[in-house]
Amino acid sequence: MSDKKSKAKNPVFVIMRRELKSYFSGPIGYIVTGLFLVINGLMFFSAFFLYNRAELRNFFGMLPVMLSFFIPAITMRVFSEEKRVGSIETLMTLPVREIDVVTGKYLAVLVESLVMLAPTLFYVVTAEIFGSPDYGPIIGGYLGAIFICAAYSAIGLFSSSITKNQIIAFVAAMAICLALTFVESFLVFLPDGIVKFFSFISASVHFGSISKGILDTRDLLYFVSLTALFFVCTVRAEVNSKR
Amino acid sequence: MIEVSHVSRSFGNFRAVNDVSFSIPTGQIVGLLGPNGAGKTTTMRMITGFLSPSDGQIFIDGEDITKAPVESKKKIGYMPESASLYGEMIVEDYLKYIAEIHGENAAEKVPALCKECGLKEVMSKNISELSRGNRQRVSLAHALMHDPEILILDEPTSGLDPNQVEDVRAIIREIGKTRTVIVSTHILSEVETLCSRAIIISGGKVVADSPIEELKERFGHELSVKLTVGAKSFDEVAALLKTVPDVDAVNLVKNETAGIAGTIQVLVSVNGTAEIRPALCKKLAEKNVDLYEITLQTNSLEDVFHALTEAK
Repeated sequence: MSDKKSKAKNPVFVIMRRELKSYFSGPIGYIVTGLFLVINGLMFFSAFFLYNRAELRNFFGMLPVMLSFFIPAITMRVFSEEKRVGSIETLMTLPVREIDVVTGKYLAVLVESLVMLAPTLFYVVTAEIFGSPDYGPIIGGYLGAIFICAAYSAIGLFSSSITKNQIIAFVAAMAICLALTFVESFLVFLPDGIVKFFSFISASVHFGSISKGILDTRDLLYFVSLTALFFVCTVRAEVNSKR
Repeated sequence: MIEVSHVSRSFGNFRAVNDVSFSIPTGQIVGLLGPNGAGKTTTMRMITGFLSPSDGQIFIDGEDITKAPVESKKKIGYMPESASLYGEMIVEDYLKYIAEIHGENAAEKVPALCKECGLKEVMSKNISELSRGNRQRVSLAHALMHDPEILILDEPTSGLDPNQVEDVRAIIREIGKTRTVIVSTHILSEVETLCSRAIIISGGKVVADSPIEELKERFGHELSVKLTVGAKSFDEVAALLKTVPDVDAVNLVKNETAGIAGTIQVLVSVNGTAEIRPALCKKLAEKNVDLYEITLQTNSLEDVFHALTEAK
C-alpha cells in the first residue's frame, strides 16, 4: 500500500491539468481570448495609427474593466457546469479534499487568464520598435495585471461555486469585479468618513499605483487578501454543499 | 465493513432519510430496494461522502467517515445513478485521469479495465457521443479503478439492453465474491438473482432488512395455488377447499374470470411447501365443481415489496 501511495500524484495538479485540457480542447477559450485581443487591439492600434502614439497607457487604463468582463467568462463554467451536469458527484466522491479541488481549478483558471493576457506582450514589441517606451510602467502594469487576474479569478471561481447556472455565475462575478473596478469613480459622492475605506477596496486604485511602477506593500496586501478571501469562500461553499 | 448508525438526512423541511441503520459485512452483495424517492440515492450519497448526514454516523471499517473523508473515499468505488461524466473528454483520457487521481498505474490499469468492462471499441470516443449503456460502463470502470473494498452502485443496470444487463451483473457477481457491494435498484428480479440480502427502504425508513429467502418466508407463504372454478358463491368454494389438508387460507381474487359467467378465481395459500394440486383437483371433482384453470405460484420478492411499500 505504501509504495502505491508514493506513486500518487498530487490531486491538485491532476485536476488542474484536466481543467486546462478541457478548456483548450473546447471553443470557448479561443472565443473569449480572441475577443479580448480584438477589443484591446482596436484600442491599442487606434492610438498607434491615429495619434502616432506607441504606448501602453490606454491599454493598462482599460485593463481592469476588460478583465471584469473577460475573466468571469472564463471562470463561469468551472463549478456551475459540473453542478448542472452532475459530474461534481463523481469528482467529490474521489479521494480528494475540497481544498484540492478548489486549488486545482483555481490554478487552471489563473493559467487560462494569463494565457489570454500573454499575446498582449506583442504591443510591447510594437511599442519598442516604433517608439521608446518607459519600461517601469510596463513591468508594473503587467505585474498589476497578474494581481488583478489572480483576484478576479478567485471572484469568478466563487460565483461559479454557488450556482448551477453559468449565466448567473457570469453576471455575479462581473458585478463584483465591476464594483471593485469602478468604486473609485463614485468616491466624490461619498461622505468624507468612508471615502478612505472605499478607496482602499477599489481594485483600480491599487492597480493604478502598481502600474505606475510603485511597489507598495499595501497594494500587494490588498490583492493577496482579496484573492485569499474569495478562495476561502469557494472552499467553504464546496464544504457546505454537502450539508 | 460498512456501518450506518441512526442516519437521517433532511433537505429543508423534507426528511429524505429518517433514522436508517444497517451494517454490512465484507463479502456481501446487498440490494437496496425501494420505490422512487424512497431515499436510496440519498443513503448512498451519504455513504460515499458526497452528502453529510443531518444526524447519525457512518463508519467504514470502524472509522467515522466525517473524521477521515479521504481515507474512507479511497476504500469506496462509487457509480452514481446519472453516470454523469465529463462529456468533452475521450474515454481513455478520462480513465487515465481517474487512475492518476487514485495514484494507480494508468498504463497497466486502463487497458485491463477496458477489457473487463467491454470498452474496447469506444476508447477513443468522446464521452458525450456514447450511448447510455456505454456511459454506464465507463462509470463502472471508474468505480473499479482502484480495486475498492466497497463498491456502491446506484441503479447500475438502468437503461441497458438485456445483454448488457447480464454483463454488468456478471461483473458485480464476480466482485461480490470478495468485496462488499451495495446495489440500489427498483428492479426486483435483479435483487433476487444478484443479492444475498435485501434492505427495503420506503419513505426514508428501513422497512425490511434480511436475507432474500427469509424475506419471502416472513412476508407470505412460499407457495399458493390460483384456481378458476365454476361456482355460484365464494363462500361455498372456500368452505370446500378448506377441507383439503395443508390449505391455510382461501382468498377471493375476482368473480367472472376472463368473462366466463359463473366462475370465481380464488387464491389458496399453502402451509409449508406441500404439493396440494392433485388433492385440490380430486376434491373439486368429487363435488362436481368445474375447474377451468389451476396454477402454482411461488411468492416473489415483488409481492413482498408491494406488501411492504404500499402500506406506507
